[in-house]
Amino acid sequence: MYTVELTKQSGVQAVAEADAGRHAAFEARVAADDFIEPKDWMPEAYRKTLIRQISQHAHSEIVGMLPEGNWLTRAPSLRRKAILLAKIQDECGHGLYLYAAAETLGVSRDEMTEALHAGRAKYSTIFNYPTLSWADMGAIGWLVDGAAILNQVPLQRTSYGPYARAMVRICKEESFHQRQGYELMMQLAAGTTAQRKMAQDALNRWWWPSLMMFGPPDDNSPNSAQSMRWRIKRDTNDELRQKFIDVTVPQAEALGLAIPDPDLKWNPERESYDYGAIDWEEFYAVVRGEGPVAKDRIKARIDAWEGQAWVREAALAYEAKRQARAAA
Amino acid sequence: MNDGLPLWEVFVRARNGLSHRHVGSVHAADPKMAVEAARDVYTRRLEGVSLWVVPSAAITASDPGESAALFEPAADKVYRHPTFYVVPDNVKHI
Repeated sequence: MYTVELTKQSGVQAVAEADAGRHAAFEARVAADDFIEPKDWMPEAYRKTLIRQISQHAHSEIVGMLPEGNWLTRAPSLRRKAILLAKIQDECGHGLYLYAAAETLGVSRDEMTEALHAGRAKYSTIFNYPTLSWADMGAIGWLVDGAAILNQVPLQRTSYGPYARAMVRICKEESFHQRQGYELMMQLAAGTTAQRKMAQDALNRWWWPSLMMFGPPDDNSPNSAQSMRWRIKRDTNDELRQKFIDVTVPQAEALGLAIPDPDLKWNPERESYDYGAIDWEEFYAVVRGEGPVAKDRIKARIDAWEGQAWVREAALAYEAKRQARAAA
Repeated sequence: MNDGLPLWEVFVRARNGLSHRHVGSVHAADPKMAVEAARDVYTRRLEGVSLWVVPSAAITASDPGESAALFEPAADKVYRHPTFYVVPDNVKHI
């Protein structure tokens, strides 16, 4: 991504908001599927919405390392451990691509990190659920990364260039995440009775939170229309949720596992699955930070940031000394 | 909160014979660490054989507001393209 040095950026924004001509030209470009690049003029609301969306996305990638990190030292084989380590490293990389994309909009990575630690910034609700068994590593890859792919694929064509380019890289890597998760579930599903039970239990716990990852229903998603018009969002929450259910049900059948929804039924007229009511109260509670492990997640982030401050300080001190020596 | 780590733009040569291409940016304390971070962030899957890192502050970019003055004069100079010139069919190798 093309990123501007933030400390030098003040004054660049000194543009008059009231310029209706620029607004109209901007809207026309976006409507024509043109890409907006960092130094182009953009409405302040577009910039703010993007900063919120991209930083939330970045935070989700970073916090998303924690539930999986929980099982790293207990992976059942060296093969599984290497795979899990590679996946977690990818999540970190995704967070970094996205922070850099957001930085092109005039917010620093430090400001975003601070907003996360202070509880002002949100991240995906899914990561506030605990990972209780090894099967959760499979369920997360299969379901959570599967849902993320459906959310992210359309964003490769989002109107903001740096965000779209980050999403292209992310989507390429995400596919490995989902497949390794499904393979893990296949192994458990074909294993002992205890292993099958473990796999089913993981599906039971992750199914509904995965459906919630697509966000509130369309009639309760206030920013959707504007975001769709700006090409920051390309499909509605309910459309993507339905798509996810339709592709995932046959995958569960292939595993011989049962989706924990008694109302799930193929609807031949719609050529889609009908599904049971989602507990939106639970969703909003988790959004408010009442998820089972929300506090642990943020504490782990803050501990990592503060505990490693000395590394950053030492690196900067070393570089300052090197430059001083070079100048002498 | 400020980690104070400067920003670097990262360029990757996908394979010999191609030029380095901009792929993104990293924060790092010094050039060596910037290369190491770029290696971890941008070449985990054989994406390249060579890396460049450049301090972001060292890049001077053109202003989109001046793009008309910079780039539009080229639009009316079709005589810079070979297809502007008509050559008879029986004349070959030109």
